[in-house]
Amino acid sequence: MTTPTAQIGPAPVVRMTGIQKHFGAVHANRSAEIEVAAGEIHALVGENGAGKSTLMKILSGMLPADGGRVEVGGRDVTGWSTTQAIVAGVGMVHQHFMLVPTLTVAENVVLGREPVNVGTFDRDRAIREVETLSKQSGLIVPAERLVADLSVGEAQRVEILKTLYRGARILLLDEPTAVLSPPEVTELWGVLRRVRDQGTTIILITHKLDEVMAVTERITVMRQGATVAQLATRETTPEGIARAMVGREVDLAIRDGQRVTREPGRTGTANGLIVSNLTVRGARVERAVNDVSFTVAPGEILGIAGVEGNGQTELLEAIAGLRRATSGRIQLGALDITAATVRERADAGLSHIPEDRHQRGLILDYSVADNLILGQQHRFTQRGVLDRHAIATNAAEQATRFDIRPANTTAKVRDLSGGNQQKVVIARELSRHFIVLLAAQPTRGVDVGAIEFIHDALRRARDAGKAILLVSAELREILTLSDRIAVMYGGRIVTVMPRSDASEAVLGPFMTGARKGSQADAA
Amino acid sequence: MRMTESRRAALEEALLPLAVALAVVLVVGDLLILAYGEAPGAVWRLLLDGTWGNAYGIGQVLYKATTLTCTGLAVALALRAGLFNIGAEGQLAAGGFGAAVMGLALPTGTPSLLAIGACVAAAALCGSAVGAVPGVLRARFGAHEVIVTIMMNFIVLALLNYVVAAKLHVPETLHTPALEAGTVGRVAATFPAFHGSALNWTIVLVAAAVVSVAWYLFRTRAGFELRAVGLQPDAAEYGGVSVSRTWIGAMALSGAIAGLGGVNFVLGYKGYYEDGFAGGAGFLGIVVALVGRNHPLGVVIAALFFATLSQGGLAINAMVPKQIVEVLQGIVILAIASSVPEVRRLVRKAAGARRADTGATS
Repeated sequence: MTTPTAQIGPAPVVRMTGIQKHFGAVHANRSAEIEVAAGEIHALVGENGAGKSTLMKILSGMLPADGGRVEVGGRDVTGWSTTQAIVAGVGMVHQHFMLVPTLTVAENVVLGREPVNVGTFDRDRAIREVETLSKQSGLIVPAERLVADLSVGEAQRVEILKTLYRGARILLLDEPTAVLSPPEVTELWGVLRRVRDQGTTIILITHKLDEVMAVTERITVMRQGATVAQLATRETTPEGIARAMVGREVDLAIRDGQRVTREPGRTGTANGLIVSNLTVRGARVERAVNDVSFTVAPGEILGIAGVEGNGQTELLEAIAGLRRATSGRIQLGALDITAATVRERADAGLSHIPEDRHQRGLILDYSVADNLILGQQHRFTQRGVLDRHAIATNAAEQATRFDIRPANTTAKVRDLSGGNQQKVVIARELSRHFIVLLAAQPTRGVDVGAIEFIHDALRRARDAGKAILLVSAELREILTLSDRIAVMYGGRIVTVMPRSDASEAVLGPFMTGARKGSQADAA
Repeated sequence: MRMTESRRAALEEALLPLAVALAVVLVVGDLLILAYGEAPGAVWRLLLDGTWGNAYGIGQVLYKATTLTCTGLAVALALRAGLFNIGAEGQLAAGGFGAAVMGLALPTGTPSLLAIGACVAAAALCGSAVGAVPGVLRARFGAHEVIVTIMMNFIVLALLNYVVAAKLHVPETLHTPALEAGTVGRVAATFPAFHGSALNWTIVLVAAAVVSVAWYLFRTRAGFELRAVGLQPDAAEYGGVSVSRTWIGAMALSGAIAGLGGVNFVLGYKGYYEDGFAGGAGFLGIVVALVGRNHPLGVVIAALFFATLSQGGLAINAMVPKQIVEVLQGIVILAIASSVPEVRRLVRKAAGARRADTGATS
């Protein structure tokens, strides 16, 4: 394979060559390589399952490589431990924060390297040191607040600060923007540039091309475990990167939302979803969903934008019957389903793509065929006995129609790639009889090719007259698919607008709570 | 090609605990026997001769395996629903008691089939009642079933002890009078070779139970939903399954199966209920289920294995103390609990290395 290579001037601070890594039958890295120059922001991009995280875990000492060579600062460090990596100044900020919620920010930052005064923890010095470092790096954090009380964006800053406190000179960030609102993302870029200017090298794992273009200097593209391109950001385009990631042309225009939307509310709500004054209790808060009302008409997609954790999960679970509503009413057309069981709702025409396919949407140790009937097992049963023939026929049909690979439907779903797992969920929920579809994070952790496919499937369902409620953390996705857009903040729907009025700039302030519209009831 | 490989992996996975148990028994057993100054080879030969070497031995092994299959199957079924039923001991005793009470209550001369049917139903019902309590407490109040089943053992065993000692016993003994009706015939009555062994026709009932449970788990919708709850309760709930109802049902069914084990002793062997007859067979059922990988067929094989050890202990008593077998059982439990995941990981690693050697094109 020819690898277009952008030349590096000085000796690279990180060089990984010929990296091999197997997980059982999965070949996660096959001759992967990356070269990062000192003091640059470097993007490591690729579809989900391309082996980006594996490569970075090998670099940070969390995983041993099966083969290949890792060099940091010109030194061969192949097979080092996390401790050695930290001492050498390699720090990783994980997608899931590793903070102790019951400790303060300062305590979290110094954890493992606490300043000590005659054998006891020197809290004052810890706070002083954290505040100094905070000022230097531009990572503004409240040193004495409990981590439990922080917003997601603040928690992430603490996470980065912690890594810097341990003396990181090479900072690895795994999909840092997945949990941030647009203004927080902009702020993060500012911080990263500043940290870079102070001499830190940054490797950014991402699959969002706009981020790559916005903030990085050079790009390493991975596909199916191998490095397929090394590019200079200045010399390439999003299309060029996407082509390298997927291995074929991708129509980014569709993903960018340049398309005609339908007129909303055209057909009334006779077969739509009607939610009135719904209040739902959350795990920690009394009113995770707070007096929410909206409707979704047949043939429209209502997108709910918002930073994760503002009640979207509870809202969808309440509609799906997985969480009890404290008060309010949920209707499928004229039918009140507020007190109905999950199965009754399904039989009444409610379909649901859950946000967490690993926990909710699939039984990972069941076969593809068995997963394709989950929730409809009573339709594939004769006098209490499973109709294996019907299950196999259904599976073969769906696997072909939705291009699920491998086509062997007796394989465990666990062994499928993330994109194909999600296709199993989509196939099941779209091929049954339904009038209303709840789609939560329908393309999370799914590769670019599958995203196109899933978006097309959702649009086709909409065009066939289904009412679709879409919840996504990806603002881009909301803007691409929705006919109307609502924003959830703090358990309330703070605004509802037609797609034509919406943009990232318009929605951003609502998502952070900076702007509050009236509780919009768009019936 | 891929199919056969995955099937072989599944088989390896299924047989691994049994292989570990066997290896542990052989190694530790050898050391213990040597410590007593006997030759391991001779002792093992004696053990095999006394179990699988003659019809009486085989009969005894099968008799013991019948009870162990019931308790093992009970534990396995609950585990398939994600619940750890430590209460098979109490459920077994309750089942035996239920069978005995029914047998005592029926008039002499009740048609045999009718009487047996009633007694078996009573056994299943009593075991089921004892099993359902932890299921209900778990489903309604979130009380952990491990704690509750352990407590239920104490309660049930003490209660039965009281009832038998105070109301139902034959003076000077801890057992009830002989049953009027409902006893199950010995196999030896038809096949005299088994003469003297406790093997009785309950084994047929239990074999049917094994087949039924396998069919239930893997062929019916209820089984599909039960296994779904055991693997991922959140996904099962999403799929329209009532998790709490499934838990209650699974525990009731588990208790009923354990209760069937009581039939083997009460109706098939003694013809009366005797306090303490369970004798740890309920607890051993946990190990049987684990070694049998919660699969009905695996449970049968594991039950035969432990029944062989148990009966073999009596055979080798002439050379070494039979308590050696109890020590071995304990060590097998520890080995299964601690080492099997370890061994599995090692096997996987070796398999991974092998695959890498043969090229990554597979």
